[in-house]
Amino acid sequence: MAKQIEQLDRVVIRFAGDSGDGMQLTGDRFTQETASFGNDLSTLPNFPAEIRAPAGTLPGVSSFQLHFADHDIVTPGDAPDVLVAMNPAALKANLADLPRGATVIANTDEFTRRNLAKVGYASDPLTDGTLDAYKVSAVPLTSMTVAALSGSDISKKDAERAKNMFALGLLSWMYNRPTEGTTSFLKSKFAGKPDILAANLTAFQAGWNFGETTEDFAVSYEIRPARLPEGTYRNITGNLATAYGLIAGSRRSGLPLFLGSYPITPASDILHELSRHKNFGVRTFQAEDEIAGVGAALGASFGGALGVTTTSGPGMVLKQEAVGLAVMTELPLVIVDVQRAGPSTGMPTKTEQTDLLMALFGRNGESPLPVVAPSSPADCFATALEAVRLAVTYRTPVVVLSDGYLANGSEPWRIPEVSELPEIEPDLATGPNGPDGAFLPYRRDGETLARPWAVPGTPGLEHRIGGIEKHAETGDISYSPDNHDLMVRTRQAKIDAIARDVPELEVDDPSGEARVLALGWGGTYGSITAAVRRVRRAGGRVAQAHLRHLNPFPANLGEVLRRYDRVVVPEINLGQLSLLLRGRYLVDVIGYNKVRGLPFKAEELAAVLQEVIDRD
Amino acid sequence: MTENTNGARGLAGLKLVPKTDTPYKAKDFKSGQEVRWCPGCGDYAILAAFQSFLPELGVPRENVVIVSGIGCSSRFPYYLSTYGIHSIHGRAPAIATGLATSRPDLSVWVITGDGDGLSIGGNHLIHALRRNVNINILLFNNRIYGLTKGQYSPTSEAGKITKSSPAGSLDQPFNPVSLALGAEATFVARSVDSDRKHLTSVLRAAADHPGASFVEIYQNCPIFNDDAFEPLKDPGARDARLLRLEHGEPLRAGPDRGVVAGELGGLEVVDTASVGEDRLVRHDAHREDPGYAFALSRLDQPAFEHVPIGVFRDVRRPAYDELVNEQVADARAEQGDGELAALLSGGDTWTVGPDVSDGPTA
Repeated sequence: MAKQIEQLDRVVIRFAGDSGDGMQLTGDRFTQETASFGNDLSTLPNFPAEIRAPAGTLPGVSSFQLHFADHDIVTPGDAPDVLVAMNPAALKANLADLPRGATVIANTDEFTRRNLAKVGYASDPLTDGTLDAYKVSAVPLTSMTVAALSGSDISKKDAERAKNMFALGLLSWMYNRPTEGTTSFLKSKFAGKPDILAANLTAFQAGWNFGETTEDFAVSYEIRPARLPEGTYRNITGNLATAYGLIAGSRRSGLPLFLGSYPITPASDILHELSRHKNFGVRTFQAEDEIAGVGAALGASFGGALGVTTTSGPGMVLKQEAVGLAVMTELPLVIVDVQRAGPSTGMPTKTEQTDLLMALFGRNGESPLPVVAPSSPADCFATALEAVRLAVTYRTPVVVLSDGYLANGSEPWRIPEVSELPEIEPDLATGPNGPDGAFLPYRRDGETLARPWAVPGTPGLEHRIGGIEKHAETGDISYSPDNHDLMVRTRQAKIDAIARDVPELEVDDPSGEARVLALGWGGTYGSITAAVRRVRRAGGRVAQAHLRHLNPFPANLGEVLRRYDRVVVPEINLGQLSLLLRGRYLVDVIGYNKVRGLPFKAEELAAVLQEVIDRD
Repeated sequence: MTENTNGARGLAGLKLVPKTDTPYKAKDFKSGQEVRWCPGCGDYAILAAFQSFLPELGVPRENVVIVSGIGCSSRFPYYLSTYGIHSIHGRAPAIATGLATSRPDLSVWVITGDGDGLSIGGNHLIHALRRNVNINILLFNNRIYGLTKGQYSPTSEAGKITKSSPAGSLDQPFNPVSLALGAEATFVARSVDSDRKHLTSVLRAAADHPGASFVEIYQNCPIFNDDAFEPLKDPGARDARLLRLEHGEPLRAGPDRGVVAGELGGLEVVDTASVGEDRLVRHDAHREDPGYAFALSRLDQPAFEHVPIGVFRDVRRPAYDELVNEQVADARAEQGDGELAALLSGGDTWTVGPDVSDGPTA
């Protein structure tokens, strides 16, 4: 039956269900189908920290939002055009985000009196008028899945579990997605379980067929591939891109990668990923605690490896003493902090940008180190690689501030050629650098101020280093007042001088006449960019710049700030970058701050920017 | 000593470390730095014994690394002409784990104390031991906090009067040997700072052991806990108290007393004459079950009644660092050396061709 096909330029779909309903898998598969079709896309998984909260309750709702388009997009979308609600809790938890006119596809089998009561619905919202403003498709997903599987040998429970594949099949039909990827994914996932594989394939196909035959869905949609810059692409999450960036750093420096890490949400996937790549010489050490993770990484660095540790806020706090030791011993070390909502345990699966000041100042003493932050899931690759470059070149710990949104979100990544990646020169010390064959472990390179890195096993360069203040050349213990003052200033000067090796901050201002600058850092790039585009589409003039290097700042930052009448700094914290900018440049920036555990919405930021533009 | 010709001077614990024929002397392991412990500190004797012992390893000086934490004992690396890192409080076993795991060609020694190793760093110590990382941990036990000027430590006796416990410490002390055995350490030994010959023999056995070796060294602090081990040093009394562990030999405490099997797997010290020579337990350091060694470690109750010194336990279990490197080697053998371009372009990919249109999309 030939149905009408409607062209769209972009769609936002949110899959929502119980934690056990497989919504993350469903969203991930739809994303992969969309990526292989060639749309631009951006995703936002949103799930509870509890592995299985009580079934059918609001705290147990897990969702996955996907924005895909035939053009370049930068956020997972403010509001869904389509909500797939697998139960009443999923509907209730997400309804407030739905704009009028949006489509709701609801699994009517779960809208029982008991389930409605669990979330406080006195009557059925599918029929009582609650959803009058929406296009509702009431589909008995569970029973149709079970019916499709009636001939198979699997239990009713297993049959019901395949309902997410039915939903995926239906949505795949609606948006004309290619299905080969999902078919081969299922074949490999359930290779040892032929019954379950058959059930999932059947459910997936049944969902597709249902869309094609039922009159409930008269139209399917087509979103043409996006015209991205030429190249080969893959879809990638921030954590995966971070892991790849670290491996690339290891390969480009020729240093074996050693990861010391303790499992913590939302950073653990980096540990998981790196542990799979031992054939790259990667050694992963799941430590007894956060401190041992960073300690072992620093020990490996002392031995000439690329020491890396990965964590999130609560672990970052614990690591700081060892990071201070890395500052003092001037050894390369990469610390990846995938920020999450705090303080304390906070909200482990929710995003935030609240560790900036801790990364910069959370250690005792004057303890400077470079801090970099990726701006999108794919940018985690280049940022992790940049962290390795700085750490190795300048013999310093470097903090990478990723966040939960970047870590789990995904987008297309143009795969770089290896030859495009920077080469990193470890320049290990091989011989004496002092008079009479002496080795002076703290005699510095005149340009980078980096000290020589002499690794055990190198004859003649035996030396002792540690956390105690040391003589400016010999590295021997020194309590001399003048020497300490010199060393404190030298450690600072070394980090400050990295600004010479950091690209200037680029400002995007097509009009050339903007009086307001939107300045962000890290994971808010997508939201701010989308907001800036909205303002410009509406005729407003606004400039945009985004910081990857938080310490040292790009050398032209002060000049950029002073070029504009007003500078708006949106952050998912209470104004940490604002504090730094005001303190360093005496520019009274305008902060816009919200800490809801979620990315900013483009619409909201656009209104903020417009309001500032309109001030006069 | 084990017959193993793989390692430097045949030491199995050093089988991956290069050998050298350089005829080192003790002075070759002395750094130029002035040693700054208090006069009479037991650390001097341990340092001298260690410097004299290092040439025996037969490994190049540059392949020896000393890792320490914080405390009086942790100044140790500064006084040796090897590579060294004086790290932060309690973390030396973690740092050494990363170093040894990524560099199996090094002989790694951790120097720690009762506060550093058992209090702030207790967690790292037990985990390094259970993993069996190929490192040697020397714990100098003076039963007091020295560097912070005299507070009770996790090995101080209950009731100890110190600056921070004017009414007596309320803490039950750790027995470091019992703790290490509880963590199923594969090599556990004890020695005394003043007995250079014995200490050297224990160091030798520790170096010979592949995997983690743990050595508790009773060390006198003349300033804050002087004569803490006097009962074990007094020539008149020590022979009856010290139980010298020799593998395969009967366990004796002085000429007249010995160790027999007690109830429920315990051990007790009795008059040898009352039971006969044949009933004395013969020391077996290679027993897989740590229970026997643990029972031995309990013989010092009440305090110093009978103190076993020597090697409590010496069993073979694959070393962590070797296993890690084996997995790396296996992965390379199975999958080939990783290729970055292939990794980056793995998974589902799609290609966008050159833009031949003359305008933006509709």
